[in-house]
Amino acid sequence: MMTDLNRLTISDARDALRKGDVTSVELTEACLSAVEGAGALNAFVHDTPDLARAQAQAADARIAQGDAPAMCGIPLGIKDLFCTRGVPSQAASRILDGFKPEYESTVTQNLFDAGAVMLGKLNMDEFAMGSSNETSCYGNVVNPWRRGNDEAALTPGGSSGGSASAVAADLCLAATGTDTGGSIRQPAAFTGITGIKPTYGRCSRWGIVAFASSLDQAGPMTKTVRDSAIMLGAMCGHDPKDSTSADIPVPDFEAMLTGDIKGKVIGIPKEYRMDGMPDEIEKLWADGTAMLRDAGAEIRDISLPHTKYALPAYYVIAPAEASSNLARYDGVRYGHRAKLAQGDGITEMYEKTRAEGLGHEVQRRVMVGTYVLSAGFYDAYYNRARKVRTLIKRDFEEVFAAGIDAILTPATPSAAFGLGEMTDADPVQMYLNDVFTVTVNLAGLPGIAVPAGIDRQGLPLGLQLIGRPWDEGDLLNTAYALEQAAGFVAKPAKWW
Amino acid sequence: MSIDLETAAKVAKLARIRVDEDALPALAEEFNTILGFIEQLGEVDVDGVEPMTSVTPQRLKRREDVVTEGDQQDKILSNAPDAREGFFAVPKVVE
Repeated sequence: MMTDLNRLTISDARDALRKGDVTSVELTEACLSAVEGAGALNAFVHDTPDLARAQAQAADARIAQGDAPAMCGIPLGIKDLFCTRGVPSQAASRILDGFKPEYESTVTQNLFDAGAVMLGKLNMDEFAMGSSNETSCYGNVVNPWRRGNDEAALTPGGSSGGSASAVAADLCLAATGTDTGGSIRQPAAFTGITGIKPTYGRCSRWGIVAFASSLDQAGPMTKTVRDSAIMLGAMCGHDPKDSTSADIPVPDFEAMLTGDIKGKVIGIPKEYRMDGMPDEIEKLWADGTAMLRDAGAEIRDISLPHTKYALPAYYVIAPAEASSNLARYDGVRYGHRAKLAQGDGITEMYEKTRAEGLGHEVQRRVMVGTYVLSAGFYDAYYNRARKVRTLIKRDFEEVFAAGIDAILTPATPSAAFGLGEMTDADPVQMYLNDVFTVTVNLAGLPGIAVPAGIDRQGLPLGLQLIGRPWDEGDLLNTAYALEQAAGFVAKPAKWW
Repeated sequence: MSIDLETAAKVAKLARIRVDEDALPALAEEFNTILGFIEQLGEVDVDGVEPMTSVTPQRLKRREDVVTEGDQQDKILSNAPDAREGFFAVPKVVE
């Protein structure tokens, strides 16, 4: 009998399951115990042990028959943004209190079809709006990592903070995340795990609570690059229910992990060297560059001239789309409805319901979106931002056309910061967390965060690789080479 | 461009979010911080640039305009805060 089954990677668990060394029921019980003992992290917010046990038994039966897919029997955590049939799915918002979907998101259905097991739903920033998991109606998620012996609670990042914390703390083998401006990659970097946002259109958005539809993509958050390759393959694929879902074949991503990147051309964009960037981030980036060079890649300096305008463009486009998407939370069809006073009509019902049900950050973004779309400002803000988005995408197209295979950048401008540390900062300071990741969403490209080092305080730091559209296989292989060279194996010391 | 209290109140109204009178000054200040950040976009030369409509160059698929998953009234109403006789129920809309 193997010990610490919850600490396994997907690939090791798959191999052990196929050999008969372990059952999915055993794996699942180990994870359920780990979840039960990790209340202090506040990562899991709706546990589904009965469902998990039933799915694990079914997976074991399927494995026994042979020919089970790689994800069969693998216990996962699912971000609360995914609609899961009969299980609370409320995007960490009070306004969806009590909502139990009658349907299953395509991504979770794909995972279940592959035999995956759901342990429960994971905490996140409300409607995926946030970079520190401090906007959730369930309360903050705590990062399992600490600054040495300092007991101060740190953020796991956001918005997929529950996913990141759960994977880093070995509560599950892997988790789903979603990424609109960096919400998979920033928390992955803050917790020393791997997370990939695929090309826009790879994963169906159907059944995922919408934030900004032209930017949202789901992806896996895992312990290794290989696990990301395996799980991404199970999540994506064409879906007629999402009109932006790409009708192109999904390659075997894992089979593309050779670790050979000889002759690949890696771009280092000069615009990502920000003023005031901590020297440790600077050094991590230089180290990563050297690792890829030593692995046989050619390193080339490149320019992405419109990088500076990505965050401001994002903070027009994302709130604009959010204001439209979140108009559906009106107290009529699902979730919370405010108690009304005598004589209140339907307008009061909308206004009170939304004031009570939506948190501060969400309200702010909905109103900013309303403003930039309002008569008189639509051209000045929204249309201008969409034109700048065209230019940001063109920057990437030009470097790829010039022969660049992938681009290496830091994943975040800092290591994980303390919960509450940014409370008094203005909202723009928090938005700067996504400065290296948001360009990738605006250009619709695949991006992956790989843990690559530890800072002086003992916290993990991540690097980001950006790939060509639809070339996740090649991107994952470059990430695999980086992972092997970096040799990141550190784990947070268990205190929870 | 600076947002005054009247504009902040108008935006809240358009967004159908009740904001108390005494919360408006702080809200207006936050709007101004964010809009100040967004103002940078004015520096970019966007002459002749098309606004992006789709990040991946693909034509949206079409399908027959027919009912695909109909006849699920119970399921559709199952999460409603107030449903009566097969309908969503809301406060009086027309005086």
